Amino acid sequence: MEVYLDNSATTMCYPEVGELVYKVMCRDYGNPSSMHRKGVQAEHYIRESKETIARLLKVNAKEIFFTSGGTESDNLALIGCARANRRNGNHLITSSIEHPAILNTMRYLEEEEGFRVTYLPVDQKGRIKLEALKEALCPETILVSIMYVNNEVGTVQPVQEAARLVRQYKPSILFHTDAVQGYGKYRIYPKRMGIDLLTASGHKIHGPKGTGFLYIDSRVKIRPIVFGGEQQKNIRSGTENVPGIAGLGLASKMIYQDLEMKNALMRELKNRFIEGISKIENTTIHGFTDEGSAPHIISVGVAGVRSEVLLHTLEDKGIYVSSGSACSSNHPSVSGVLKGIGAAREYLDATLRFSMSEFTTKEEIDYTLETLYNCIPMLRRYTRH
Amino acid sequence: MRFHSFLIKYGEIGIKGKNRYMFEDALVRQIRYALKDVDGEFIVHKCHGRVYVDCEGEYDYEETVESLKKVFGLVGICPVVRKPVREIEELKKDIVAYVGEMYPEGNKTFKVEARRANKRYPMNSMEINCELGETVLDAYPEMKVDVHHPDVKLNVEIREEVYIYSEIIPGPGGMPVGTNGSAMLLLSGGIDSPVAGYMIAKRGVEIEAVYFHAPPYTSERAKEKVVDLAKLVSAYAGPIKLHIVNFTDIQLYIYEKCPHDELTIIMRRYMMRIAEHFAKKDGCLGLITGESIGQVASQTMQSLAATNAVCTLPVYRPLIGFDKKEIVEISEKIDTYETSILPYEDCCTIFVAKHPVTKPNVERIAKSELNLTEKIDELMQTAIETTEVITVAYGG
Repeated sequence: MEVYLDNSATTMCYPEVGELVYKVMCRDYGNPSSMHRKGVQAEHYIRESKETIARLLKVNAKEIFFTSGGTESDNLALIGCARANRRNGNHLITSSIEHPAILNTMRYLEEEEGFRVTYLPVDQKGRIKLEALKEALCPETILVSIMYVNNEVGTVQPVQEAARLVRQYKPSILFHTDAVQGYGKYRIYPKRMGIDLLTASGHKIHGPKGTGFLYIDSRVKIRPIVFGGEQQKNIRSGTENVPGIAGLGLASKMIYQDLEMKNALMRELKNRFIEGISKIENTTIHGFTDEGSAPHIISVGVAGVRSEVLLHTLEDKGIYVSSGSACSSNHPSVSGVLKGIGAAREYLDATLRFSMSEFTTKEEIDYTLETLYNCIPMLRRYTRH
Repeated sequence: MRFHSFLIKYGEIGIKGKNRYMFEDALVRQIRYALKDVDGEFIVHKCHGRVYVDCEGEYDYEETVESLKKVFGLVGICPVVRKPVREIEELKKDIVAYVGEMYPEGNKTFKVEARRANKRYPMNSMEINCELGETVLDAYPEMKVDVHHPDVKLNVEIREEVYIYSEIIPGPGGMPVGTNGSAMLLLSGGIDSPVAGYMIAKRGVEIEAVYFHAPPYTSERAKEKVVDLAKLVSAYAGPIKLHIVNFTDIQLYIYEKCPHDELTIIMRRYMMRIAEHFAKKDGCLGLITGESIGQVASQTMQSLAATNAVCTLPVYRPLIGFDKKEIVEISEKIDTYETSILPYEDCCTIFVAKHPVTKPNVERIAKSELNLTEKIDELMQTAIETTEVITVAYGG
């Protein structure tokens, strides 16, 4: 049995999306900037995708900019806004549990471009403290970036409250959210929530890798970070990845179909899994176990078994999961998020992330639990000193 | 300048008496292997006690030289310009053109060294030397003759064609792989063992390798890393037969039955036993490890003696007197360093005790191993039978 429970790392592409990508790549391959019919045809795919996404977010299609994925969208949002709004101040705020695409970009802005950055602490469940945000805001603040759903433990951030707080303090401060793990799981309406910029990625929603977008509210002052042929209103130069963009649009449409039903199913499976885990001694679930956490992410600490070892044991049984966050698995350092939420020491390098998709089944969850019941006692016999 | 051939200089193998042809054949074979993926068509051949690489048509000069520099046994690489054999006046023009292009500043000391293998040529070597020397002096007034310590030795060899060369690019030295039998390298994912393999291969020894992996404690990536390392070493050592042994059950059994501070030593003893099994099976003449005295607990003199005690084949440890820094330097030179430091756990570190013994006593270790009597033979047998064997070679 093959059980893929690493959907927060990446997802299987919807077959319909794959077919569309292939068709655009091999048949409707024109350059959208070309003046002839082939170009116009390619441009249609982009427009359609933009409109699909704009409808889902209830924003204007002109406010959607396509990028190569979450990392680029985050970079564009932070660097582009920081540089463009420098005259208003040099202070940025984010949380301490962001994805490296945010944290390392912030670090770059700090070290190379002289910005001051405040990293907000989180509580034991991984939620940012609004009080701390309130305190951090100052006349120099120009941008606040808070992720929508934490990628390692699944905690949903109080984005709307945070955005409102920022607006109240000073309306000109920009609010960005990295919604890579939230887009496709929640209905997000930036205009109503006070979000000025929003990052999303294609391959986390059964779309193609190398695709993503940044929603940029029309009021936002932003500068490009790559330069070239001035495509996409000169915010993001470079010939558009038309097949990818078409695929991203279709994947967006498909994942939001029957969203509530899919989420309810995942939630049910998640509860089943959590209940099953609780039968194993010395285990813990990081973050919330209820609606405070995304329906698809479960972060499980198993004391006495190193995550890497458990991961490979499960792999051997056809079950694919991540240790901590997949993006940092090449650097087997202790997860910053787990430290941030004050996880007990025995769980720091003994935590696995199980992440589901709409395709996950009850049988798969039961098989995974069964496997864990069998292998954890065995693995606990052999521990490192 | 366009070169048509490379004259291959080899050192030690020239003096090997009756075995010489064997050494030369090995050299030719290794050169062909090194050039197999280089753009261009190459003819590698022996001729009058020399090895030549003739390049037909277009080829990538830089890549060719870089590849040749990886062939052990090769002391120097001389890029050669070939010209048809014609009368002396034409030859003079050729040499003037050569000097003009190779030394445009024209202010070196030089000496002409002609050799006439083709005895039908009407002038002898001395005469050619004089004629060509004069010609060069006339054409480039700033050039001076120095017969004892010239900056430039202009070699002119009259064969079926005229070979002109003056530059010698240093090769790696050593002896051609395949001339000194074979040995089994214990390859971990670390910095040392690939270097050890490289150094033994340099002396003409063909390399086989054995890697112990321990799923689920070590990952698929750790195994891939070792395959990659073997590939990098094979750029020098030729194709490597790699044995991948699943060591998990043996390791766990040792963990259960033996004192934990002796785990590493006992584990290494079993690794040596398995490595020796495959070595003997394939007719290898020794084992190779990357150990260096005192580097870690399992490499103290006492530990080395304890692991050594289980082998009957000689164990070669070419890095024994090297400091880590020196080993790193070589690994950077042979391009294995970056791969070696990828952070995947190897099977030596997963169960390491906090305070492993540093001065193990062989008798005591052997006594501890008696605890394993019940199942160890069977486990060893299974490990050997389930070993995966692949041959890795660099490039395509």
